[in-house]
Amino acid sequence: MTTTPTSPAAPTAERSPRRRPRRHADTERGFSRVFRWVTTSAGVLLLLVLAAVAVFLVERGWGALVASPADLHANGGLPKQYGNLLAFIGPLVFGTVLAAALALLLATPVAVGIALFVSHYAPRRIAGLVGFVIDLLAAIPSVVFGLWGTLTLSPVIAKLWAWIADVLSAILPGTVNATPTGRSLATTSLVLAIMILPIITAVSREVFKQTPRLHEEAALALGATRWEVVRTAVLPFGRSGVISAAMLGLGRALGETMAVLMILSPGLGYSFQIFDAGKHQTIAANIAANFPESAGLEVNTLIATGLALFVITLVVNMAARAIVARRKEFSGAN
Amino acid sequence: MDTPVKFSRISRAGSAVLVGALALTLAACGSDNNTGSDAGTATASASAPAANISGTFAGAGSSAQQKAIQAWTAAFQGQNPNATINYDPSGSGAGRDKFIAGGLAWAGSDAYMSTDEVTKSQTFCGTDGAIDIPVYISPIAIAYNLKGVKDLKISAENIAKIYTGKITTWNDPALAADNPGVTLPSTKITPVHRSDKSGTTHNFTDWMNKLAGDVWTNPGADAWPLQGGDSAQGTSGVAGVLSATDGSVAYLDDSGVTSDLETAKINVGSAWAAPSAEGAAAVVSASPLATGRGANDLAVDIDRKATADGDYPLVLVSYAIACQKYSDKATGDFVKAWLSYIVSADAQNAAAQAAGSAPLTGDLQSKAAAAAAAITAG
Amino acid sequence: MTAATEATHVLLAGGHKARQRKDRTMTVLIWGAFVLAAVPLVSLLWVVISKGLHRLNGSFLSHSMRNVFGGMDAGGAYHAIAGTLLITLGASVIAVPLGLLVAIYLVEYGRGPLARAVTFFVDVMTGIPSIVAGLFAFAVFAIFFGPGIALGVMGSVALALLMTPVVVRSCEEMLKLVPNELREASYALGVPKWLTIVKVVLRTSVAGLTTGILLAVARVVGETAPLLIAAGTTASINFNLFSGRMMTLPVFIYDQYKQGPVPCRAGAAGVCIPTINYERAWAAALTLVLIVVVLNLLGRLVTRLFAPKLR
Repeated sequence: MTTTPTSPAAPTAERSPRRRPRRHADTERGFSRVFRWVTTSAGVLLLLVLAAVAVFLVERGWGALVASPADLHANGGLPKQYGNLLAFIGPLVFGTVLAAALALLLATPVAVGIALFVSHYAPRRIAGLVGFVIDLLAAIPSVVFGLWGTLTLSPVIAKLWAWIADVLSAILPGTVNATPTGRSLATTSLVLAIMILPIITAVSREVFKQTPRLHEEAALALGATRWEVVRTAVLPFGRSGVISAAMLGLGRALGETMAVLMILSPGLGYSFQIFDAGKHQTIAANIAANFPESAGLEVNTLIATGLALFVITLVVNMAARAIVARRKEFSGAN
Repeated sequence: MDTPVKFSRISRAGSAVLVGALALTLAACGSDNNTGSDAGTATASASAPAANISGTFAGAGSSAQQKAIQAWTAAFQGQNPNATINYDPSGSGAGRDKFIAGGLAWAGSDAYMSTDEVTKSQTFCGTDGAIDIPVYISPIAIAYNLKGVKDLKISAENIAKIYTGKITTWNDPALAADNPGVTLPSTKITPVHRSDKSGTTHNFTDWMNKLAGDVWTNPGADAWPLQGGDSAQGTSGVAGVLSATDGSVAYLDDSGVTSDLETAKINVGSAWAAPSAEGAAAVVSASPLATGRGANDLAVDIDRKATADGDYPLVLVSYAIACQKYSDKATGDFVKAWLSYIVSADAQNAAAQAAGSAPLTGDLQSKAAAAAAAITAG
Repeated sequence: MTAATEATHVLLAGGHKARQRKDRTMTVLIWGAFVLAAVPLVSLLWVVISKGLHRLNGSFLSHSMRNVFGGMDAGGAYHAIAGTLLITLGASVIAVPLGLLVAIYLVEYGRGPLARAVTFFVDVMTGIPSIVAGLFAFAVFAIFFGPGIALGVMGSVALALLMTPVVVRSCEEMLKLVPNELREASYALGVPKWLTIVKVVLRTSVAGLTTGILLAVARVVGETAPLLIAAGTTASINFNLFSGRMMTLPVFIYDQYKQGPVPCRAGAAGVCIPTINYERAWAAALTLVLIVVVLNLLGRLVTRLFAPKLR
């Protein structure tokens, strides 16, 4: 082992130092080197910016993180019923995650359906039109969704929620309340679902389109119906893609502010009464609602909650990207 | 290879020209003069004194005062064309903090300064400290939306029970007892509160606490203290939810009650009173000033249990907070002229027109005018 | 042999009806998903257009809200449109060069762990909640200007943070499309690498880059939450990014919505329209949607008209 003169590593190590500088010297003289430096530092700068986001949020939120509960109660905008900052962030995180999860639950099946529609069902011309419609949906600003959700949708959908709540009350033990204003988490999640539909659809559609043609043709040759082709060839191939698409949608829903701010009657608590008002609040909407009228330590408290949101979305997005990356490595499509 | 490059060059140049032209057109036709010269002076009732003030001055604080200040600013700027007043309705607490830190000429606040804040204000204002001058009085109405029911009477105890969930339907016996002869439906009551911090919430909860302390145990606070229930941002947000929901009830600045809503009478002693500017002003005028404060500090402790004929004690008083003495002459001159104007009868009537507030009256008005006149500069 | 064919035959013919039925059910469900998604979109567009058209006119587009209060039949979104254009322009000035350079780095130079890290975190950055971007801008500027600061340029910084990763992503895709043969041909002629990138790679992909940037602009132009925090609100026209608060179109919509219905009292001077604020909100929403749609269409148009015919 120790005495192997013909190790494959040795000659390469010898050769490369001589060759590499020459190649650099050919194409990377003068301004080319500067240009490489500039672009590389742009990449580094981007990483630094992301780090700076975290650092500045910590710096500004630090005041609230280290303040005593008494100080937070007096000056930090911490409601009296919460002993410390974590107890206050808890229900906010709960509301944020619940709203986003419900939205995901509503949006994913529909989005996968539309993606399949575009990739395997629709006539070519309609598929193009649907693609455009989905892009349009993605482009509509969230504040417009909020306006529509609160002025148009809430009063109408409240009646449906009331009916569902009545039915659920009959089935489940305990009562399910529904607010007649429609300003509940259910309405909020519905609007969020509509908002994240395009992103899930777009990513799923791309994945479905990459299904190896041979797999589909093999299934067809075996006499499979169109649905069986989808179920046996397209869906297994696209599963991880759909999962990561859903997580991207989840990330978007977690951070969505305006629609929640405009539609939901806020309240802090752990509750599954999704048709009732004043039971939930999300981090982002809480910040937007209270930030303009906050000062001093109150701002620090809000930024500390923003830090929590940042961490949550970071984790969700990193998980989503990791899944995508793994899929790329193992699939034969690329 | 060559053609697309050329095309894109042309397109780039074209779009640059297009964007430039667009920007020019936009810049050319935009205008800050939105009311037209005639309409503007008419609504702003040109009555502000020409005090020859110039410069840009910043105020911030109470959002309740915003509409009144918009009207006052229009009139004041009309008479002093070289003065620009920027009022930022960032909330009373933020306004006080920023004023104490020395960033403002004056602050608007729905609550008077605590003694602690008066002490802190000495860093910016000097040893004489800051003073509170009441400038804006607004009755708070209990508004409701209930099909076919008008002239409802709701006592402090009953509204507290509604908000705490002890009364849930409109035909509750407790409500029926106060409203003989009125047919109340069995509609569910949807009480709505403010989701943002507000002086309105503070005064309303304080009123419930003082009059129905056994039902409403929380002291007055800017933030709604209970969990659950429907809520909306701002007076108008609440009004919007009320308009859209049958069976809803809420507390609102009287000026924010829209025409499709009804206002309830509240119990004042053994009688019932509807919200009125006169009743609100009367209560504030008769209420004692907070003790242990400077001579020109007009902090009012509102008497929630006032029972005189016509009184309406569910009222919000909002203050202008200013220094007794300004080291900067321009700022001091401005604040003195500005506050003297806004406590004047003319300005108070202009605010009543624009914002539906109750004009300062009688003794309190003359005290406020004296306090504003006592501000010194230089 | 015969047994196997028989088995296959049974499998294919067996439950033939059931399989067909299932296929048809799923077809209906998938068409249903499409219809289901179309309902809210149609409703939303219909509401925005029908309610917005009423007040969307020259006067609305050319007036600000200064000295406008109550139910006055006056005022418009001019200051908000100007603010939106300026702040978005500011964001583009920061985000486009940075994003483009990063994209060039990733495509032309990116090897090793640094490039992998950049790729990964660009993806992660696309998921930063917009409100966090607003908080970041506030946190940076509050250090230098104290709390309570709100400037147009803060809005630009917040939007740039959201925009950069989108620019990187789309530009990267476009640069990757440039065939390697072009680069190699250029090198063979002795053109230095940087000149090859600028003169060959960027020139070839300029249409795609433009599209990507336009779509990135369209993505941030409707952002509300960060601007609510960073740029604040004002009723007057402000053309200076570096001084004072600046109104933007999305914030204007929210602000008008928040103002809510106007209580019109008998005896008030002048005209009083109870729903004026909602009318302005819808008109501004229509304006914003139009801007976004135009940016999207423009992006598509650029690709269609000016894309190089490489194949």
